[in-house]
Amino acid sequence: MIWKVFLFLLLSFVLIAGIAFPIVNKPSLWYEFPFIKGLGQNAKIIFFHVPTAWLTVIAFLMSTIYSIKYLRKKNLDDDAKSYSAAQLGIIFCILATITGSVWSKFAWGSFWNWDPRQTSIFALLLIYGAWFALRSAIEQEEKRATLSAVYAIIAFITVPFFIFIMPRIMTGLHPGSADDTNAGPVVSFKMNSNMQLIFYLSLTGFTILYFWMWRLGYKSIILLTKFQLKDQNKQL
Amino acid sequence: MKSYYLFSKDYHSEIRTRYAINSLIMFIIVAVSVILFSIGNERVPGNLTAGLYWVVIFFSAMSGLGRAFISEEERGTSMTLQLIASPSTVLSGKIIFNLILVFAMNIVITFIYSILFEEFVIQNYILFIINFILGNIGLAVSATIISAIIAKAGSKGTLYPVLSFPILLPLILTSAKLTLFSIDGTSINDAVFELAIVACYDVIMVSASYMLFDFIWKD
Repeated sequence: MIWKVFLFLLLSFVLIAGIAFPIVNKPSLWYEFPFIKGLGQNAKIIFFHVPTAWLTVIAFLMSTIYSIKYLRKKNLDDDAKSYSAAQLGIIFCILATITGSVWSKFAWGSFWNWDPRQTSIFALLLIYGAWFALRSAIEQEEKRATLSAVYAIIAFITVPFFIFIMPRIMTGLHPGSADDTNAGPVVSFKMNSNMQLIFYLSLTGFTILYFWMWRLGYKSIILLTKFQLKDQNKQL
Repeated sequence: MKSYYLFSKDYHSEIRTRYAINSLIMFIIVAVSVILFSIGNERVPGNLTAGLYWVVIFFSAMSGLGRAFISEEERGTSMTLQLIASPSTVLSGKIIFNLILVFAMNIVITFIYSILFEEFVIQNYILFIINFILGNIGLAVSATIISAIIAKAGSKGTLYPVLSFPILLPLILTSAKLTLFSIDGTSINDAVFELAIVACYDVIMVSASYMLFDFIWKD
């Protein structure tokens, strides 16, 4: 219980600090953020957009890890864990896409222009969509778990092309692209210490939130299958 | 050697019905003529033909390559295959069959393209051929493993392009870029990075397919 209160306080602080703290040219007070060239006032979205994108990848990674675990042990609980992680992953993926395209409207002037990062998040959305389509197509539980685990692994090994290689070698407008001279590696060099602190607090807060939601998700899936089994046994 | 016999079995049953070959040829004709109708009398610039070339390749592959495992499930022969051969042998046989199908299909598509599109002129033949070989290997291997998943999922034909597209996207994007390079006449030294990505994709896909096929194949 105590850590839920802690999480609530942490996320409220991040929310208030991220929105309300001003961005000034020469930060002198403890609550002022520095002005990053090329990002300007839009830089504040970093507290909400980057954690969602980070959790998209974490969720996908966990879904794959539990898929591998399922293929080794054939325990249906692992499949529930993988499914729950992917369910959260697609929510965070949609959130990252929306916050990113809102930011790009103000930074670049259009909601969508096939920047390498936008292409890669679009590919991630497609992978999640295809994965859920595959799961809904199969009715038998073991078969569904095995086939979707295999597909998750195959999809995960092609994802590094999108997330890590392509946005960094192709020229693009997103901060951190190959030809980016203004914002550059934003986190390590251009932020001052209080901005970094709030950024990492936000990352921690969202990650704890994710793990909490994930635990609730897979436990409810496992309980649901248990009750369904009981019902079937009663009818028999 | 056993995988060769599996391939020849597929080859003979294909020659008998000519289902995949006929549907592939018709699909190529339909796809190219749709593109030709939609552009009318406009002249298509060279960079667009590279993209359109891979559109036709992707959709033709989706119509023809899915048969590899679905046909076994439909005829009810997958159990026999499980008894007489190890999973990797089955996969090798299917991959060889799909490789030959993809190479034949893409040679036909390239031939049709160079006749119909005036702007589709290759300047750097070596780059085009390297990309052609690497891209086709990746396409055939990914198509085969997805086909195995689909076949076990109850032959849901409509799912095949849905599942294949995200997996094939890195390959198609890079290969389309390399085709554009070979139309522009870029030297191989400038395209080494893209060629490395396609080669990596092939290696990753081949190893992952052989590792994961056991789980798909054994019920």
